[in-house]
Amino acid sequence: MLRPFLADLHIHTVLSGCAEVEMIPPLILKQAKRLGLSLIAVTDHNGCHNVEAMIQAAQGTGIHVLPGMELQSREEVHLLCLFDTVPQCQQWQETVFAKLPSLNNKEDIFGAQFVVDVTGEWVRTEERLLAASTDMGLEEVVAGVHSLGGMVIPAHVDRPSFSLLANLGFVPESLDVQALEVTSRFVPATGYPQWPQLEAWCLIVNGDAHRLQEMQNRTLYKIAAPVIEEIDLALKGEQGRKVIVEWPDSRQRS
Amino acid sequence: MIFLKEVVEKLKIEPVSSASSLDRPIAGGYASDLLSCAMKGAKKDYLWVTLQSHLNVVAVASLSGLAGVIITEGNRPDAETLSRAESEGVVLLVTPRTTFSIVGELASLGVRGD
Repeated sequence: MLRPFLADLHIHTVLSGCAEVEMIPPLILKQAKRLGLSLIAVTDHNGCHNVEAMIQAAQGTGIHVLPGMELQSREEVHLLCLFDTVPQCQQWQETVFAKLPSLNNKEDIFGAQFVVDVTGEWVRTEERLLAASTDMGLEEVVAGVHSLGGMVIPAHVDRPSFSLLANLGFVPESLDVQALEVTSRFVPATGYPQWPQLEAWCLIVNGDAHRLQEMQNRTLYKIAAPVIEEIDLALKGEQGRKVIVEWPDSRQRS
Repeated sequence: MIFLKEVVEKLKIEPVSSASSLDRPIAGGYASDLLSCAMKGAKKDYLWVTLQSHLNVVAVASLSGLAGVIITEGNRPDAETLSRAESEGVVLLVTPRTTFSIVGELASLGVRGD
């Protein structure tokens, strides 16, 4: 039986230096509940240290948490890498760390990178700079994540930086992904004329939330279970699975 | 008018695709690592300097009819990118040097930007 899952698949925690201190498991889940979300993904920059705490914190809440990360490729393109299980995600973390320059974080510039527990209490501070480019090309990332059973969604493609369209000009024809993420500011009436190529794509809206109020509840997945395989079918619109996005009415925008 | 062949010799940069097509005039120069900007800023017969080596670089160069693309900082296009460049007649050149130093030398050879 298919069920509706209102989802935001791009949420940062305090592991991302640029995220606010409020981005801890209990508060993220409280906000998710307020927004009616039943599926969220934790996607910190090149790191997944807080996914386990988030998943534990979500137990019994009715909110399903996918482990993931927002990876920065060699081309400085941001890519959501999503998995079903923590071990898959941690295995990907090892590959990422082998390709991430070994630099120390400068907290006054990039912000502190906190690892927290299920209640949001501080466990340790990650000293390695996570907000950098990994030495992996776009296609290499997609192949690597697929080989572990995960899924890649290019992030905020309508942004002027760190995005597939800004950095690489257009979506490479052979790119093996099923959907593209746009920001909550994307409006079809103006977005499609600006990037005609997007009309051929399944688009989803996530919050890319660095603070609680940035979380979004605009993308609904009609799927049998909150797993990568089902989400993949929904993005392709196969076997009755589908994605429904609520777009802002451009006429009401100032 | 300076030709690509002369630039290749003077800057000691290495052609890695379409090496038989160096007899092309260079109308100007452009540098950026954002391909969305290069699609607007790099014009016909321009030489584009970038550290990006993705397959899309070939498409942009072919689309705009560029004289060539200098890929800097030791980045090397993969086999698929090279073969596409070859079939599209796009000249890719590589150098270990930075975009800054390559652009400086191009300017001193008389290659101008907009």
